[in-house]
Amino acid sequence: MIQTKKLVKRFGLKTILRGVDFSVAAGEFVALLGPNGAGKTTFLRILATLSRPSLGKVRVAGFELPRDAAQVRAKLGVVSHMPLLYPDLTAEENLMFYARMYGIPNMAARVTEVLEMVGLELRRKDLVRAFSRGMQQRLAIGRAVLHEPQVMLFDEPYTGLDQDASEMLDNALRYVAAEGRAVVMTSHDLARAEDLATRFDVLSRGVIAASAKREELAQTNLLAFYKHSLEEK
Amino acid sequence: MTQRPLTLQILDYVSILVLAISTYLALVFAPTEAVMGNVQRVFYFHIGTAWVGLLGFVIAAIAGIAYLVSKNMAWDRFGVAAVEVSTVFFFITIALGSIWARPAWNTWWTWDPRLTTAAVTELIYIAYFMLRAGIEDPEKRARFGAVYSLLGGLSAPITFMVIRLFRTIHPVVIGSQSAEAQGGFSMTADMKVAFFFALFAFTVIFVDMLWHRIRLGSLQEKVEELKLNASM
Amino acid sequence: MQDNPQPSTLKATLAIFLKDISSEFRSFELISAMLVFSLLVIIIFNFALELEPLVRKAANAGILWTTFAFAGTLGLNRSMSVEKDRGCMDGLLLAPVDRAAIYFGKTLSNLAFMLIVEAVTLPIYSVLYNENLLRLDLLVVILLGSIGYAAVGTMLAAMSVQTRMREILLPILLFPIAIPVLLSAVKASGGLLTGADFSEVATPFNLLLVYDVIFIAAAFMLFDSVVEE
Repeated sequence: MIQTKKLVKRFGLKTILRGVDFSVAAGEFVALLGPNGAGKTTFLRILATLSRPSLGKVRVAGFELPRDAAQVRAKLGVVSHMPLLYPDLTAEENLMFYARMYGIPNMAARVTEVLEMVGLELRRKDLVRAFSRGMQQRLAIGRAVLHEPQVMLFDEPYTGLDQDASEMLDNALRYVAAEGRAVVMTSHDLARAEDLATRFDVLSRGVIAASAKREELAQTNLLAFYKHSLEEK
Repeated sequence: MTQRPLTLQILDYVSILVLAISTYLALVFAPTEAVMGNVQRVFYFHIGTAWVGLLGFVIAAIAGIAYLVSKNMAWDRFGVAAVEVSTVFFFITIALGSIWARPAWNTWWTWDPRLTTAAVTELIYIAYFMLRAGIEDPEKRARFGAVYSLLGGLSAPITFMVIRLFRTIHPVVIGSQSAEAQGGFSMTADMKVAFFFALFAFTVIFVDMLWHRIRLGSLQEKVEELKLNASM
Repeated sequence: MQDNPQPSTLKATLAIFLKDISSEFRSFELISAMLVFSLLVIIIFNFALELEPLVRKAANAGILWTTFAFAGTLGLNRSMSVEKDRGCMDGLLLAPVDRAAIYFGKTLSNLAFMLIVEAVTLPIYSVLYNENLLRLDLLVVILLGSIGYAAVGTMLAAMSVQTRMREILLPILLFPIAIPVLLSAVKASGGLLTGADFSEVATPFNLLLVYDVIFIAAAFMLFDSVVEE
C-alpha cells in the first residue's frame, strides 16, 4: 500500500530525509516515532501528495508519486494536528463540502453515517467554531474517512486533546484500523501508540533507524526500544 | 577562491573602454543640439540605460519561464541577476530623464508613458525583492520569483500601451511626429553615431554586470554550502 | 472501498465558491469590514480633495477605483488567510480535484465580495454627491475591472500568504501589476461619467478585456506552481 525507496528530501542545501526505506501493507498500523525535527511531518506530507520528493521512489495505493498524485488523493485520508475545518460552517456543511470535493455519491446519507460514526450526529447543525478541540478532531477524522480511503495518515493527532477526547480518538483509530486499511501515525506520545500499532518504526536523522513488530516487542519495553534506536550510529 | 575567467576579465576592460569611447562621443564628438544645448547630451546615456533596463526586464521574464519549466536553480540565479542589474539601469534612466526634463520642459517629472512605465517597473522589481526576502526555502523563493517576474513581464508592456494611448509630452525622437510631442529633434549623422554606439556600449556593460552578478550568486551558494558542511 | 468518480473541475469550483459564500453570509465579518472601509475612504477623499462640483465630476472615477482597490485587498487577504490559518488549504489540496478549481473557486468568491461591496458603495456615493452612478455601461466597466483585479489578486494573495510578511505584502505585489487594469477602468469610467459616448471610451474598454483575458489565463496556468510544493 505504501512503499518508499531511498526517499530523499532537501530544502535548499538542507537535507531532511536521507534515503528513507519504508513500507506498509494493508491492515498494518505503523506508529512512526522520532524526535522533533527528525522529519516525520515532512515524510508524511510527501506521502500525502502535499510535497514532492527530491529523490527516490514513492508508491502509495498502487500509484507512483509525484506523477500520479491526482489518483492517489482519492484513496488517501489525512488527519493532521490542524483541524482542516471551516469555523463558520456547521459540522454538516463542512462534511457536505468535502463530500462534494471527493465526488461521493449519496452525499447526504454518507454524511449522516459518518456523523453517527464519530458521535456528532446531535451537533450536526452547530458551527464548528463552537466545538471543543476534541470534537473538532473527531469531525476531522470523519472528514478523512468520508470517501472510504485505503490509506490513512495521521500527523500527531493527539496534540492538544484532553483525556476524554484522547479516549474517543483511540476508539476512532481502532475502528479505522479494523477496516483493513494501511495506517501510518506519527506521534511523540509513546503510550498512545503502544496500544494501537502493529508495528513501530523510528525515524531519526533522516532515515528509519529501527523497526519492530508488536510481537517482537512483547518482551522488551517500547521505551527502551525507542531510546536504543536513537543511540545507534 | 576561483579566479575570474579570462573572458570575463577581458570583458571588464572592454566595458571600461566602450564606456570611455561612448562618453567621448556623447560629450565631445556629437554636435551641440540647436534648441536645448548641451543638456541634450544626457540623452545618449539615457537611451542607453533605458535600452539595457528593458533588456534585463525581458531576460528576467524569460529566465522565469525557464526556471518553471526546468526547475534548474541556475535559471533562478540568472533571473535575480537580470532583475538587479535592470533595477539599477532603470533607476539611472529615470534620474537622467529627470535631469533632461528640467531644462527642457521646466519640470522634474513627467507622467508620460516611457518614464512612468520605467517607474512602475522599478516598483515591480522592488516588490520582487521583497517577495523573495520573505521566503526561507530556496526552491519556493525561486518558484515565486519566477511567477512574479512573469506576471510583471506581462503587465509592464500593457501599462506602457495604456498610458501611451492617453497622453504624452515625451519627445518622439525616432518615428512619427505627434502634434502633442514637444522637445523632439531629428538627429544628424554624427548624433546617430553617438546614439548607436551608446546602445552598443551599454549592452556590453550590461552583459559584463550580469555575468559578474551571476558569478556572485553561485559563489554565495558555495559559501552557504561550506557553512552548512562546516557546522555538521 | 469503492472508487468514487473524480468530481469535475466545474463542480469543484462551484463547491468552493458556495462554501466561501455560505461561510461569509454567516458572520458577514468580511463584507462589513470592506464596506465600512470603503465609506471611510470616500469620506477621507472628500476632505482631502475639496473639489468644486465641476472638477469633482472628473475625479469621481479615480476616487471610486482607489476605494475599490483598497477594499479589494482587504477581501483578498482575508479570504486567503482563512485557508492558510486552519490548514484548510491543505484540505483543498488533498482533494482529488484540479488545482484550477481552487483558483477559479477562490477568484469567484473574491470577485463576489468585491461586487457586493461595489453594489452598496455606488448608490451611497450617488446620493452623497448627487451623481447618477447606476448606469449600465458604467456597471459593465466596473465588472470588467473587478474581474481583472480579482483574478490577479487571488493569485498574488496565494503567494503573499505563504511569506513571512503575509498580508502586508499583497498590496506591494498587487498594485504595480494591477496598474493597467486600474488605469483603463478609471479612464473608461471617467469618460462615461463626464458625458463621453461609448465609442470614445472603446480603447480603454478593450484594454480591460485584453488584460482580463491575459491575466486570467496566466494566473490559471501559474497557480499550480504557487500552491504545490
